[in-house]
Amino acid sequence: MSVAILAAEFLTRMAQNLQPDQPSASEQYLGEDMTTYIQWNNDRAREIIAAHALFDGAALPILHALQFEFGFIHEEAIPLIADALNLSRAEVHGIVTFYHDFRRDPAGRHVLKLCRAEACQSMNGTGVAQDLLATLGISWGETTPDGSLTVEGVYCLGLCACAPSALYDGEPIGRLTLDTLADVVREARAP
Amino acid sequence: MTKVLISTDAMSLALGSRRICALLAEEAFRRGLALDIVMIGSRGLFWLEPLVEVETSSGRVAYGPLKPSDVGGLFEAGFLEGKDHPLRLGLLKDQPYLARQTRLTFARCGIVDPLSIEDYRTYGGYVGLERALGSQPQEVVDEVKLSGLRGRGGAGFPTGIKWDTVLHAEADQKYIVCNADEGDSGTFADRMLMEGDPFTLIEGMTIAGLAVGATKGFIYIRSEYPHAYHTMSKAIEVASNAGYLGSSVMGSVRAFTLETRLGAGAYICGEETSLLESLEGKRGMVRAKPPLPALKGLFGRPTVVNNVLSLATVPWILANGGQAYADFGMGRSRGTLPIQLAGNVRRGGLIELAFGTTLRDIIEDFGGGTATGRPVKAVQIGGPLGAYFPASMLDIPLDYEALAAAKGMLGHGGIVVFDDSVDLSRQARFAFEFCAAESCGKCTPCRVGAVRGVEVMDRIIAGIEPQKNFDVLEDLCTLMTDASLCAMGGLTPLPVMSALTHFPEDFDKSPRVAAAAE
Ligand SMILES: Cc1cc2nc3c(=O)[nH]c(=O)nc-3n(C[C@H](O)[C@H](O)[C@H](O)COP(=O)(O)O)c2cc1C
Ligand code: SF4
Ligand code: FES
Repeated sequence: MSVAILAAEFLTRMAQNLQPDQPSASEQYLGEDMTTYIQWNNDRAREIIAAHALFDGAALPILHALQFEFGFIHEEAIPLIADALNLSRAEVHGIVTFYHDFRRDPAGRHVLKLCRAEACQSMNGTGVAQDLLATLGISWGETTPDGSLTVEGVYCLGLCACAPSALYDGEPIGRLTLDTLADVVREARAP
Repeated sequence: MTKVLISTDAMSLALGSRRICALLAEEAFRRGLALDIVMIGSRGLFWLEPLVEVETSSGRVAYGPLKPSDVGGLFEAGFLEGKDHPLRLGLLKDQPYLARQTRLTFARCGIVDPLSIEDYRTYGGYVGLERALGSQPQEVVDEVKLSGLRGRGGAGFPTGIKWDTVLHAEADQKYIVCNADEGDSGTFADRMLMEGDPFTLIEGMTIAGLAVGATKGFIYIRSEYPHAYHTMSKAIEVASNAGYLGSSVMGSVRAFTLETRLGAGAYICGEETSLLESLEGKRGMVRAKPPLPALKGLFGRPTVVNNVLSLATVPWILANGGQAYADFGMGRSRGTLPIQLAGNVRRGGLIELAFGTTLRDIIEDFGGGTATGRPVKAVQIGGPLGAYFPASMLDIPLDYEALAAAKGMLGHGGIVVFDDSVDLSRQARFAFEFCAAESCGKCTPCRVGAVRGVEVMDRIIAGIEPQKNFDVLEDLCTLMTDASLCAMGGLTPLPVMSALTHFPEDFDKSPRVAAAAE
């Protein structure tokens, strides 16, 4: 990733650096760093499913790709996946519900994944998280009434040497304080 | 053109390196200076980050930790010539934190451009694979056996022995699966390596494939690591295009291909059989063992499942010899351990050392005590299923057997420090809460026991019938330890009982009115 720079070009590149490129056949979509989800639509879902159905162990790649596109796993996706993978609907339902990542309801425009694990606890992560949720008037996994921000709890982001930490739309933030979280909320609410 | 290097490791990003990077570029542009900015992984000295390194005739001169407001001053001071500045750190390798380490697995991380094969080769990459290509499979396996390398994922099983089993299993297809689920709190070494030196993992997996006769590999990366996933996927593409992966690895006519897969937020999918189920596209329900994955693993085929660090250490072993690796360490723990120091600590980061260093050395000398400046009260070692130890027990050496003897476990080498504000009864409650949230649900002792554990701890914390509830707690822990199908349920009692044993005062919630009145 070496770039002989012109600043403008460099900045664009940097902004792109962590975005997934056009997924090649061997690549799936990233979990969560895009926030412009599109409306659920069966045809697009079918396309996505077909594009991933030939992967070994295709269920997770398909579910990630669907969530990447729509922000959640729509109920109607279940029979479509079941058909494509020759599974029963109950089996697909079982897979979707087993994994914490897969949402059954649409997410807000922005997603904050806050770490709840031990290293973050040791730096008052629990207190900071509770204050944030209280301020927003929501619980874990919920979205603010204005639809701007979903707050999800996760167990460790591998950012434990700068605890407490979070991912905001896929971007890591460390040494969280109430102030930095207030900035996040402000940014999420900005039109 | 002056070369400026900056880490875009996820932890560096969390500390603001992206902003520094942008400001450097802007400021250079404003001044009409041409810079070659290279984004690299981290050396793991996170308390000094974000930092930049400038390539000069006397080496890479580092400046940090930087705030956005420092950038202008750096240019004024002439940092591009390595000149003096209050934040000038000199060469990173002279920092005692790094100078005292033995970097074998992490030799290149934070030095090379992660996606440049040329860099990788310049710094000794693919020497191990070349040697493996010129050897018989059994010779490669024997070299790994000789090194004494034990699995770094937690269980500490000898890697060479696992490979031997897969080598001698008969099958039309075998697999190499890399466990990059790294779910333990306090650990980030797998993530750093995948982001900072992904070709090392690719080379290690390729060597494993040649050694056991597997032509296909998967890297199962947790979804909490989007950056590692992205870098790893890119690196596979680069290696494939350059002929290091594919139908003829380095022109040898021997095939090995790799794919990445994303986990989906389930801690249990770090357990190897649950991981295999998940890779097959199913719920991550733990499988009963036997059969071992080495004989019936992914899609029922013989499979090597190894942690990122186990696999990423293999290139060094092949390049330098198994004996050279075994010369480091103590007792039955050979080689080096990438320790991850985290939580409430002043100087958190990655510390790769030969086995045998004491906890005290790590926490006091490397870590410099707590971040809050208050006394250390407890450390948890080995993730959420690992024990809590009090400050009085810090003379334990870091070694698989020594920690087991102290009723703890080394796990993946994560150390989380807590100051005296921690209440260990709350940590015990959390251990059950975590197990309840993350249990795969296959066996009752774990599924039901964890929920019961939370209830019992709630009563203990509320001071209700303490003696009776301590008895229930102990029975519950014994049951979970003895009757759980896997270590999720089986080891949850470890943090709980260690907390109770070493910090009984935190569990005594009887009203203190009488004492206060005296
Ligand atoms: C609940 C549980 C979680 C685990 N999580 C991980 C993990 O995140 N990464 C890992 O490498 N091993 C993990 N393990 C250990 C694996 O089951 C397995 O031992 C390991 O992947 C084997 O590789 P190694 O021999 O190279 O360590 C976990 C085990 C259990 C019981
Ligand atoms: S101990 Fe827990 S995680 Fe392990 S198999 Fe039983 S229910 Fe599943
Ligand atoms: S414990 Fe919070 S990032 Fe690891």
